[in-house]
Amino acid sequence: MTMKSSTRQIDGVTVVDLSGRITLGEGSVILRDTVRDLLSKGSKKILLNLGEVNYIDSSGIGELVSAFTTVRNQGGDLKLLNLTKKVHDLLQITKLYTVFDVKDDEAGAVKSFQ
Amino acid sequence: MSANRVSYTFDSTLETVNSAEEAASRIAAEAGFGDEEVTRIAMAVREAAVNAVLHGNAYDPRKKVTLAFERTPGDLVITIRDQGKGLDISKIPDPLAPDNLLKTSGRGIFIIRSFMDEVEIHPSQAGTEIKLIKHVHGSPAGGKEASQ
Repeated sequence: MTMKSSTRQIDGVTVVDLSGRITLGEGSVILRDTVRDLLSKGSKKILLNLGEVNYIDSSGIGELVSAFTTVRNQGGDLKLLNLTKKVHDLLQITKLYTVFDVKDDEAGAVKSFQ
Repeated sequence: MSANRVSYTFDSTLETVNSAEEAASRIAAEAGFGDEEVTRIAMAVREAAVNAVLHGNAYDPRKKVTLAFERTPGDLVITIRDQGKGLDISKIPDPLAPDNLLKTSGRGIFIIRSFMDEVEIHPSQAGTEIKLIKHVHGSPAGGKEASQ
């Protein structure tokens, strides 16, 4: 299953709904292009909803890290929402769970950007 | 259960990474591993295949990736071999070191080691061979491969 991405706006926060696999190749490219596009349009409060992402590999993790640092370096913030167990476990193993701001409630996550 | 072996030869392409993962998933399931273990084994094989295709063979169309699965009474043994210059193990960074946490690459071997029971890396001038071993549930830890 390839990855799909769609965006919506809530109170100045861009929620990116991702589904499928973030892996080497298409999935990582879609994520990279989505974040670059948002930044170019001035959207710097980005909430990645990973609730439908059922698989991520080391390249996908690298892409998440890249998105996080790119947004931060431009004065914005990027947070993660609704991790599946597989993604949660992988971020814990790689010690990235504490690096990312991870949320499990969308309304609360949006508020946290204010 | 009697030992048996199946092997594949792949081109150095991105499709190989997916094919290797799919083969690992199918064979691990057939070997009786549970869903979570199947996912972990398949991910370890995927990461090893990524290393072989990207870092080992560097997408060179003249170079191949070989993948072999062997069932022994106690283990599932998976061997991935490339035809690259040979991985320099000393240059693999610790992805958990504070300075490396925000690096965008360098986690593949770590994930492989996290998900498999034993991992052997044998680099040579003819390429790198990585052997991944998962103990069949209930079998004693360790085996003849563990001594290498």
